[in-house]
Amino acid sequence: MLKYLIKRVLWMIPLLIGISLISFFIMHLAPGDITNNEASFNPKASEESRQKLRELYNLDKPVIVQYGLWMKRMTTLDFGTSFASHHKPVFWQTKDKDGNVTKGLIQEALPITLLINILGLIITLALAIPLGIVAARKYGLWQDKSITLFNFIGFSIPSFWLSLLLMYWLGVVNNWLPISGWHSINYDSLDTWSKIKDSISHLILPVLIPSVTGLAGITLFVKNGMLDVFHQDYITTARAKGLSEHKVVYTHALRNALLPLITIVGLSIPGLIGGSVIAETIFAIPGMGKLFYDAVMMRDFPLIMGILTIGSALTLIGNLVADIAYAWADPRVRRGVVKE
Amino acid sequence: MINFAFLNNNLLKRNAKASGVFLCLIVLSSCGKPSQDLTSEYLNKLNKTYPSQSGGTLIDAMIGEPSGLISMIAGESASSAISANIFNKLLKYDKNLDLEGELAESWQVSADQKTITFKLKPNLKWADGKPLTSADILWTWHAVIDEKTGSPYASDYQLVKKAEAPDPLTFSVTYQQAYAPALDSWSGLQILPKHLLEGQDLHTTAFAHNPVGSNYYKLDGWTHGENIKLSRNLSSVLGQAKIDHLVSRIIPDSSAQFLELMADNIDSMSLDPIKYARIIPSRPELQKKLALYKELGNGYTYLGFNLKHKPFDDVRVRKAINYAIDKQEIIDGVYLGLGINIASPYKPGTRWSNPNLKPYPYDPAKAKALLKEAGFTDNNGDGILERDGKPFSFEIITNQNKEREKSAVLIQRRLKEVGIDVKIRAIEWASFISRFIKTGDFDVVVLGWSLSLDPDQYSIWHSSQQAPGQFNFIGYNNPTVDKLLEQGRLELNPDKRMKIYHEFARVFLEDSPIVYLSAGYGLTAIHKRVKGIDNPAPPAGLGWNSYDWYIPEPLRRSETGRNEMSAN
Repeated sequence: MLKYLIKRVLWMIPLLIGISLISFFIMHLAPGDITNNEASFNPKASEESRQKLRELYNLDKPVIVQYGLWMKRMTTLDFGTSFASHHKPVFWQTKDKDGNVTKGLIQEALPITLLINILGLIITLALAIPLGIVAARKYGLWQDKSITLFNFIGFSIPSFWLSLLLMYWLGVVNNWLPISGWHSINYDSLDTWSKIKDSISHLILPVLIPSVTGLAGITLFVKNGMLDVFHQDYITTARAKGLSEHKVVYTHALRNALLPLITIVGLSIPGLIGGSVIAETIFAIPGMGKLFYDAVMMRDFPLIMGILTIGSALTLIGNLVADIAYAWADPRVRRGVVKE
Repeated sequence: MINFAFLNNNLLKRNAKASGVFLCLIVLSSCGKPSQDLTSEYLNKLNKTYPSQSGGTLIDAMIGEPSGLISMIAGESASSAISANIFNKLLKYDKNLDLEGELAESWQVSADQKTITFKLKPNLKWADGKPLTSADILWTWHAVIDEKTGSPYASDYQLVKKAEAPDPLTFSVTYQQAYAPALDSWSGLQILPKHLLEGQDLHTTAFAHNPVGSNYYKLDGWTHGENIKLSRNLSSVLGQAKIDHLVSRIIPDSSAQFLELMADNIDSMSLDPIKYARIIPSRPELQKKLALYKELGNGYTYLGFNLKHKPFDDVRVRKAINYAIDKQEIIDGVYLGLGINIASPYKPGTRWSNPNLKPYPYDPAKAKALLKEAGFTDNNGDGILERDGKPFSFEIITNQNKEREKSAVLIQRRLKEVGIDVKIRAIEWASFISRFIKTGDFDVVVLGWSLSLDPDQYSIWHSSQQAPGQFNFIGYNNPTVDKLLEQGRLELNPDKRMKIYHEFARVFLEDSPIVYLSAGYGLTAIHKRVKGIDNPAPPAGLGWNSYDWYIPEPLRRSETGRNEMSAN
């Protein structure tokens, strides 16, 4: 087990280098750089000054040299500073000589995105597992059919559209929930209890909408897993020896049916970190999706590379954890009976 | 049926931009039930007149967040929108776009027009109480031209040969030769405090997120990605603004902004033509509480020919295309009538715009005659003209801008009617610039210019400005225009200068190197609780007296709830 772990961790290093290499070159092969975004198409801004800027950012050097410079900084885990947002640190906060702390861009955005997506994932699982079990137990009956119908409606509705509808209905028509944003404007002057209420009310729509639209896949997965397990001999055995249906389903079947879910959750980790551009834009949430999208539009190379590197590192770690969890949950994997 | 709906939804899912259209549908379809109880009592309160009074909070929304508030390096409009409330300039434009002093009490141009001497107002102070003197202005000038600063706007200030601050109230600049846009340039440079910034690197200084200025407002708080709060600067050098707090919320999606506006969580936002001309007028309860404003911006959309490519080197061809395009159709169809037809590259109604010039009318017969004269005939009867056996066909490129794409489609159809085959390609901005504009590898572009208020357009139309990355990318080269543009830069007398630019605009129109498509209105909705706004907007625009706007006490939003006002 330990050997397996060390091997997996060591494998991540060449993977990370490969990812960084590919993303670095793709970004630099894309036309344009920070000096010719739309705002700079201003007759008052001269070409010489743009050239100066390119030199300042080392953008006049060959791509391979730029990659070398970037790698050199990366060896000390220095993600550098963003081009497009007044040289804010890309990853973690820095302190200047006067004691002013500047927060890192990822440091600010990542917790927001993680909070939304982890809550969303928990809600999705909390709904999908019971729905999947019911659908499997009542396979072919009206309960199963209505769950399937509900899921496909949720799956088919464009989430931005549902968001706008709910924002209009809950925020404009009824004034029950805030429409957009992460905090109310007067957040700082609220007492603790009101702050919590304020945060929760801002979270409801951005968390619920992706959970509902993402429900279909996982419900189907649980349902199919359950159906597979129901047809196995040990379930027939359990039933034959007179166990209650409750015990058969929840103690014997469910545990095995849920095993593949670990893989699904593992695979959803990049999404948890990446965030959604559309949702974050509509709800005006300063998360990772919006941060990355803006960085790409502005050709803010240090920020793009920072997000990609940290994102892929976290993804690889996430996959590793999922594999370990799988091995922990399934003795067959652990003992090498089944090749992973 | 289900299948169809599924497909349809997936198509829409791919296109987030469609959200705007959906919003319109939602909003239009729920006309039956008014969303808010706008009691007649509240409406009466809203429509009463109130004496000017100070206090209150104005909340607006912006699409993007400023990178920092030092606008000489930030460059984006979000930054200057906020920093203009915090910092002062030496000069400013008044209501009618004439220059007047802001920090300067007066200014004098020497007899040889090379030296400008500014006298500052006495007792100027920074918000932290330190005196604001000519040393600050000198320091700001040094900062903007400093290579390490790398300001994109340095070029105007680099022309200053010598800058001096002989005493705390005097600042003078001497140019190598007379430079007429100089005065305009001093109305654009925000003066920074030397005592806080000396020895700091402007690119990394914390000052950019925590500035100290001298104007009506000072920074109160900045929650990254959420909002920027300003409050009244009690030691403002220009007197006191009426409204206590300005809050700018960062809401990137304009549909979400509009919902916030409907729910009364923001007081103002800029609109697109659909919201201005269709959605708000169709909703009485919105119309009752929102006032709509339009103002001409200092910019226009145009179709530009690559003059180095045949047959666009032929003035008859350019004129023919100009006659063949129905500009009113573009204004009506694309901008829903919220634009005007122009004949010179200046804002209509200002001194620089030549009132005697008329735009090319829509005249397909004349277009056909001109094309025939230029040697284009349809020999094979396919409806497309040919010259020397080659069909007259070209590609219009534009960036991914909905309005420009739609304009190109209308142009395509009109040009087809006179026998020109047009293809359209919309390209992402960065590749548009680096692959096509910089290399000159294009036939025709549809683009726009946003200009400063000075009439000098040397960098756009002078024949010397054609190198890759410079702005005369269409390759315009007319010795008469070159000369006029040079003269215009040397002449500081406004009346003489006006004559030069009137003549420039006339020659330019005659030459038709670009086809003016329209000058669009900037559209804004502001809640009626905000009083003191000039309507119609004067030449200087809606915001020229925003420090005099006020929100009467009975109309103020309650400070505790989200939108108590509309719920009452």
